[in-house]
Amino acid sequence: MFYREAGDFKTTYAADAQTFPISFDRWRYYLVVGVAFLIVPLFLTEYMASAVLIPFLIWSIIAIGLNILTGYCGQVSLGTGGFMAVGAYAAYKIMTAFPDLNIFFVVILGGVVTAIVGLLFGLPSLRIKGFYLAVATLAAQFFLVWLFNRVAWFYNYSASGQISAPERSVFGYAVTGPAAHASSKYLFCLVLAFLLAWVARNLTRGRLGRSWMAIRDMDIAAEIIGVNPLRAKLSAFAVSSFFVGVGGALFFTVYLGAVEVGEAFGIQKSFLALFMIIIGGLGSIFGSFAGAAFIVLMPVLLKNIMVGGFGWPTDIAAHFEFIILGGLIIIFLIAEPHGLAALWRTAKEKLRLWPFPH
Amino acid sequence: MKFKTLATAAIASVMAASPVLADLVFPSLSYRTGPYAAGGIPFADGYADYFTLLNERDGGIGGIEVRVPECETAYNTEKGVECYESTKGDGALLYQPLSTGITYQLIPKVSEDKIPLHTMGYGRTSAANGKVFEWVFNYPANYWNGASHAVNHVLDLNDGDISGKKIALVYHNSAYGKEPIRTLEELSAKHGFEFTPVAVDHPGQEQKSQWLQIRRERPDYVFMWGWGVMNQVAVQEAANIRYPMENFIGIWWSGSENDVLPASDSATGFKALTFHNVGSDFPVFDDIQEHVVDKGLAAGAGDQIGTVLYNRGLYAAMLAAEAARKAQEIHGTAEITPEMMRDGMEALEITEARMGELGMPNFGPSFNVTCDNHGGPGLGAVQQWDAATGKWSLISEFGPSDAEVINALIEEDSGAYAAENNLTPRDCN
Repeated sequence: MFYREAGDFKTTYAADAQTFPISFDRWRYYLVVGVAFLIVPLFLTEYMASAVLIPFLIWSIIAIGLNILTGYCGQVSLGTGGFMAVGAYAAYKIMTAFPDLNIFFVVILGGVVTAIVGLLFGLPSLRIKGFYLAVATLAAQFFLVWLFNRVAWFYNYSASGQISAPERSVFGYAVTGPAAHASSKYLFCLVLAFLLAWVARNLTRGRLGRSWMAIRDMDIAAEIIGVNPLRAKLSAFAVSSFFVGVGGALFFTVYLGAVEVGEAFGIQKSFLALFMIIIGGLGSIFGSFAGAAFIVLMPVLLKNIMVGGFGWPTDIAAHFEFIILGGLIIIFLIAEPHGLAALWRTAKEKLRLWPFPH
Repeated sequence: MKFKTLATAAIASVMAASPVLADLVFPSLSYRTGPYAAGGIPFADGYADYFTLLNERDGGIGGIEVRVPECETAYNTEKGVECYESTKGDGALLYQPLSTGITYQLIPKVSEDKIPLHTMGYGRTSAANGKVFEWVFNYPANYWNGASHAVNHVLDLNDGDISGKKIALVYHNSAYGKEPIRTLEELSAKHGFEFTPVAVDHPGQEQKSQWLQIRRERPDYVFMWGWGVMNQVAVQEAANIRYPMENFIGIWWSGSENDVLPASDSATGFKALTFHNVGSDFPVFDDIQEHVVDKGLAAGAGDQIGTVLYNRGLYAAMLAAEAARKAQEIHGTAEITPEMMRDGMEALEITEARMGELGMPNFGPSFNVTCDNHGGPGLGAVQQWDAATGKWSLISEFGPSDAEVINALIEEDSGAYAAENNLTPRDCN
């Protein structure tokens, strides 16, 4: 009865155009944000932060980035892992070259560098589409990983080829390095995830987002009505790569602390990001969060239930994890091919009609 | 978002349910799945079985039972972090991740959390410098020792002169595989051999082009820094191009039964380095049969006993148990903390007599660890495979490595680490 537009009068255009037009939705959103910012940090254990929430937030940023490119603009990319690596290595080079620069700007600059690289690899998208573009971005993935493995300058000539993040802090609280407290790392990622999600949501509602969607739905028609495909596609590549680059920079600096490119940013990361947006829902910001949650949290949850709860041997649990996760993906995709976001939408529709469904 | 809160609640309840016992906890970050499982399973089995033996036969260490919670990493650094975080609150005394990638992750973390890390024959080689790496140990031997052992073996075969010879290194293109390159470059300058590194990308199932290069360049010797499925493929490829097996030398992680069995007869003669003895001809295996296997307590499928990597797990567990015993002795309490464990590891002395008492006479070299040397003496030997008998056998004594070259490199690399992280090396006197 409470999930209604009725009675919620909008008196300004701004109020009419807001993201959450239904007041219940809006309050739920404020609640989630409030809990995430104010309550969670108080009860955060190191395990919850490092194994669950931080990877979830970082993967959410990456999934939003890929969703902008694939979900909103319709350009399939398999280069996500490579672009994450660009963000991570850019952050590493910047943070070691300018030790006094605040880590916040390091991460943002990592994203900017990735956006430029993404723009470069986005150029083929002007000529090729679909599977062929996927293969072209796959080349980016392999090339970038090879580059960071091959050219010693990128890892400052360290003997092992590993890069490791030195300690950096924000307002006096360390957010990278081993001494960083779980809450400060979590809040740092949360602020970035929140800001970027907010930006992404508003971008996709504006002129730029509409031009992306026009290209996605039918590029020739879009061109005829005056959407410039060059600008739309390249801006999608740049914005998407920026998000992925920020995610990659956080992945390295805050989450792992030390990475080696082949293992941390290999092709499996590209697939993981793609699975997230497919399961979560293409063309949905909420879907990016839901997909990241599904892919990141499920294995940890299953592991804790099977090994911690039932005391099963770890190898059997690991194999069951694959089976259950795979099974769930199939079930979800059969039940709702458009992902968790579509399920959520259906639920909202139902709520709206309740208690008088037709 | 709703899903997240649900998952959070579920995980929190599961975490809260696990009881905290006053045991000696040695978490085993094992990998029984993934492309490196063939190496991870026997090591984890050996590690667990030795502690089970101590519990069953002696009632633990110093009267306190040992608990070995296992956590599956699949050789993956993210899962490794998850495992570390999930087990460290349990009173973990020592970590042995059996992965160089995970080791690099854990070095700063353990130094912060003050839990010792033992990377036996892997990990960051310069951790041998105890002045910089207070919480990290890599005794009894490290990669750079291994590189030097391999060169020494080649020197022995050539009466001490290998100038002008060609040596290729087939390596896993990761932090692990890149470790020996610096040392081999130094040694190549010193002894005048020509050195060619040949990279193989993870996981190493495809090595045709690398072996084509070797076939074309015909190096006199090939060294290998491989792990998991990469080893089997390399041995098979070497057999395919009819490379003389006795000139093919693997590091200790490339010398288990799993690596040579797939190539059957053609693998005969393949050599690998080792820092402990091979086979199951030691009294301790009778005890394992009696107290562990016969009681149905063997870890895993129980079919790995006596294999090279099982023995390595056993050896790792033995060294950990001895260090714990030493710690109990130093601090006069049976319930040791990770800090005490570290003191025990730093004061560890493994003598011939002690190894005999443990039922492992001549299983490994005798050595001791000191405050400034966390790497031990770096003794190693060469083992060779015989497909007809299906056995590895030692073909050399445990010999020293080129300390002059290696110590200079360790000094340099650990100095770089200290500078990067603003560490002041401790004073060891």
